[in-house]
Amino acid sequence: MLNYLQDARVIPAAPTAPARDVAIVNLSLDVSRRSFLAGAGGALTVAAFAGSAEAFIRYPTGGETMPHGLRTDPLTFVTLHGDGSVEIVAHRAEMGQGARTSLPMVLADEMGADWDQVSLRQAPGDEATYGNQDTDGSRSMRHHLQTMRQIGASIRHMLASAAAQKWEVEVSAVEVGVHEVKSGENTAGFGELAELAMRQPVPDFEALNFKDAADFRYIGTGDVSIYDIRDITTGKAIYGADVMLPGMKVAVIARPPVVGAEPTAFDSADAEEIPGVERIETLPSSIPPAKFAPLGGVAVIASNTDAAIKGRDALKVTWGDSPHASYNSEAYLAEMRETAKQPGQVLREEGDVDAAFAGAAKTVTRQYAQAHMVHATMEPPVAVAQVANGKAEIWAPVQSPYGARQDIAAALGMPVADVTVHMTLLGGGFGRKSKCDYAIEAALLSQKIGAPVKVQWTREDDIRHGFNHTTSVERIEAAVDADGKVVGWRHNSVAPSILSTFAPDSGHQFFIENGMGHIDVPFEIPNLRCENGKAMAHARIGWFRAVSNVPRAWAIQSFAAELAEELGKDQKEMLLELIGSDRKLDPPTQGFPENFWDYGEVYEEYPIDTARLKNVLNLAADKSGWGAEAPDGEGWGLAVHRSFVTYVATAAKVKIVDGQITVPEVHMAVDCGFAVNPERIRSQMEGAAVMGMTLALHSAITYEDGAVVQSNYHDYEMVRSTNFPQVVHTHIVEHPFSVHASGVGEPGVPPVAPAIANAVFNATGKRLRDLPFGESI
Amino acid sequence: MATLKLNGEERRIDGPDDMSLLWAVRDLAGLTGTKYGCGAGLCGACTVHVDGVAVRSCLTTLSEVAGKEVTTIEGLSETGDHPVQAAWRELNVPQCGFCQAGQIMQAASLLAATPNPTDQEILEEMEGNICRCGCYERIVAAVRHASTGI
Repeated sequence: MLNYLQDARVIPAAPTAPARDVAIVNLSLDVSRRSFLAGAGGALTVAAFAGSAEAFIRYPTGGETMPHGLRTDPLTFVTLHGDGSVEIVAHRAEMGQGARTSLPMVLADEMGADWDQVSLRQAPGDEATYGNQDTDGSRSMRHHLQTMRQIGASIRHMLASAAAQKWEVEVSAVEVGVHEVKSGENTAGFGELAELAMRQPVPDFEALNFKDAADFRYIGTGDVSIYDIRDITTGKAIYGADVMLPGMKVAVIARPPVVGAEPTAFDSADAEEIPGVERIETLPSSIPPAKFAPLGGVAVIASNTDAAIKGRDALKVTWGDSPHASYNSEAYLAEMRETAKQPGQVLREEGDVDAAFAGAAKTVTRQYAQAHMVHATMEPPVAVAQVANGKAEIWAPVQSPYGARQDIAAALGMPVADVTVHMTLLGGGFGRKSKCDYAIEAALLSQKIGAPVKVQWTREDDIRHGFNHTTSVERIEAAVDADGKVVGWRHNSVAPSILSTFAPDSGHQFFIENGMGHIDVPFEIPNLRCENGKAMAHARIGWFRAVSNVPRAWAIQSFAAELAEELGKDQKEMLLELIGSDRKLDPPTQGFPENFWDYGEVYEEYPIDTARLKNVLNLAADKSGWGAEAPDGEGWGLAVHRSFVTYVATAAKVKIVDGQITVPEVHMAVDCGFAVNPERIRSQMEGAAVMGMTLALHSAITYEDGAVVQSNYHDYEMVRSTNFPQVVHTHIVEHPFSVHASGVGEPGVPPVAPAIANAVFNATGKRLRDLPFGESI
Repeated sequence: MATLKLNGEERRIDGPDDMSLLWAVRDLAGLTGTKYGCGAGLCGACTVHVDGVAVRSCLTTLSEVAGKEVTTIEGLSETGDHPVQAAWRELNVPQCGFCQAGQIMQAASLLAATPNPTDQEILEEMEGNICRCGCYERIVAAVRHASTGI
């Protein structure tokens, strides 16, 4: 996301189709993006494989075009030790999605390592060495699967070369097994060959051979536990707040209740009375667009966290004015509902929409809304910084360690080279920890007081001072002909844009938001218009797991069910009819804008494929027993959505118990291409069902007079063990490696809320159109 | 200041009487397995045992535990193989893992008092522990697994 935001005002060239006749291409990393994208005539070369060609047919991903791209040097990522142990570098952030385990697991499998002998080293923020590390956008597996396999195959090749040299045989006579190398009578463990193997030349991509799927031991099996599970279950895992440095102080900050307000005066007498409180410092305020600049405020610095929190709470701060001090989110939502009724900027136009509506036998119009949300990661923002002797060292749970390093360097006025960012485990991320304001705060305070500083956000800080998911109104109108067929579609999306955090606010969403479930609507409707109405931002707007896909899936999937009701059709049949024939959408001929954003991928590699969309819908429906009569007070609902190039359908069962919405059963059908780690895919789908239910029932951040009303988990509630999706069945569509793998961190979330709402309608006849809709009905 | 038995060891912790046990354990005793999640007894991330019973350390003061036995996740089992910990690993419960120490301490407290809880008892006992990643189904299954071996 970050990368695209920084380039947001640059309209990218329309993607060029890669050559379809080149089956195996060398994506060697010194080939620039431009020459790569230029197609087969450029730097692409046909590679020969010793192994089965089907085992690894290289395909392009957006990883190439991310800052610093991808790295494939095995010596960077793997260290073989004499005792047989293998150290693999985990270069992406781990926030529960499993990337820290799954990527090294791929590498280990391809190289022949025994997972029990693998240890991981977490890379610091250093993209020149490790390639892109910005962990969001459900990109880790999508972008790094191939490079992990390439590195694994390279190491296997180097082990074979070392054995060949040692035993004076041809490399082709050497076989690399599981942590063991053989040739005839000769056998050696990886440890025995470690030193020699690490000194072998790094093989060219063309020299590598890759495993056939039948030979995978971990990939596709789901039998590998997450690497940190023992440390997590014994309290030894290190998250941001667990970093302790000698002489470290703890800072807790009073931030402006209204974004942009400055402290005009403060009284710290009571705070300074608290034992442990040592000093008070101020930080300059910021107002959007300020990217991730801290909000500013007054910091209480103490010898321990307890004292710092009590000291901060004892501060009396008078805040100045801010242009956002009149922000009232409820009134604003009402304004957006009006805006949505007016024509907006046209983003996509196909066919003759006005004629379709003029000639319609029936029109159906609905509006759907969503309140702001905040991430509320279990680990609130926290960071430790030590700025001394012209260097800065940071330990923090950040999703983009190199991005944080750049931002911290800029804030400190230091060269990036003098800043080190160590990544701890993240106690949840969901997009919040892509924004490193808390790490900048720690760095600035450490620089100021000349001692290591930990900045600890309280839960109240987290709820009130985050980067909110936008608030939105989505208005959809359908024109239906005399045969009951939908022949026209108008969708106006109105929401403050994330871009307002980065650039002067135009009030309009930008191409990334437009590409997340709005203009990419996969319905086969001949006359279709997508619009964007104006809405200015009055809070810090950021991205939240699945981003704009949440309100778009909410609207479109609810609307599809409403259409079914209006037209007397079954909800699944209605959806299948709307999706239409098996095809891949063709953006240039279907009225898509030039800058259509397909999650940063070359469209032809990850097209919108309606057959896959229908398949997950049918799968979820079939597995749920769709169509069976539900007893009174129970109902089923469906939703299907493609996001981050992954297809997910949800079938949710709702049971109303004493007026309360409960969700006894959920089926998540997911098509993420080649499924690398089914165990973590399942856990992501289970978690998405829970987060989807939370946002459906509870998640509302509201503003009064510019300030957030909510403060902690009592008024920003979470689904808990007494009412959660009790049984989540995950159904994973099986594909070979040739169907490009995609991520699962976000795509599970969007279809959950509409599936639940559609089930509530099925159970009660009551239609819910605003998120959150509460737990009672 | 308070003297208490922390994970089986007599410890004198030199903090103000009204200091929360959470920060005393983390910042003064250096045991960081216990997590801060809300500071208000709403999320359960800070759950420890006081005389064998799960409490929210963020709402407990240092003076309240003087002379008592406090167990944190680090002291739940010498080897780290308490049946609840083992069940957690067997069922691959955690995602980010941050709330899991609190979840495990809550579950261990339940099973110590009620070795064979019903499903309803498990759900109710665990209600105070939030998992934002949404591992509830596995958490409940792991508690059941630890209690019955099934």
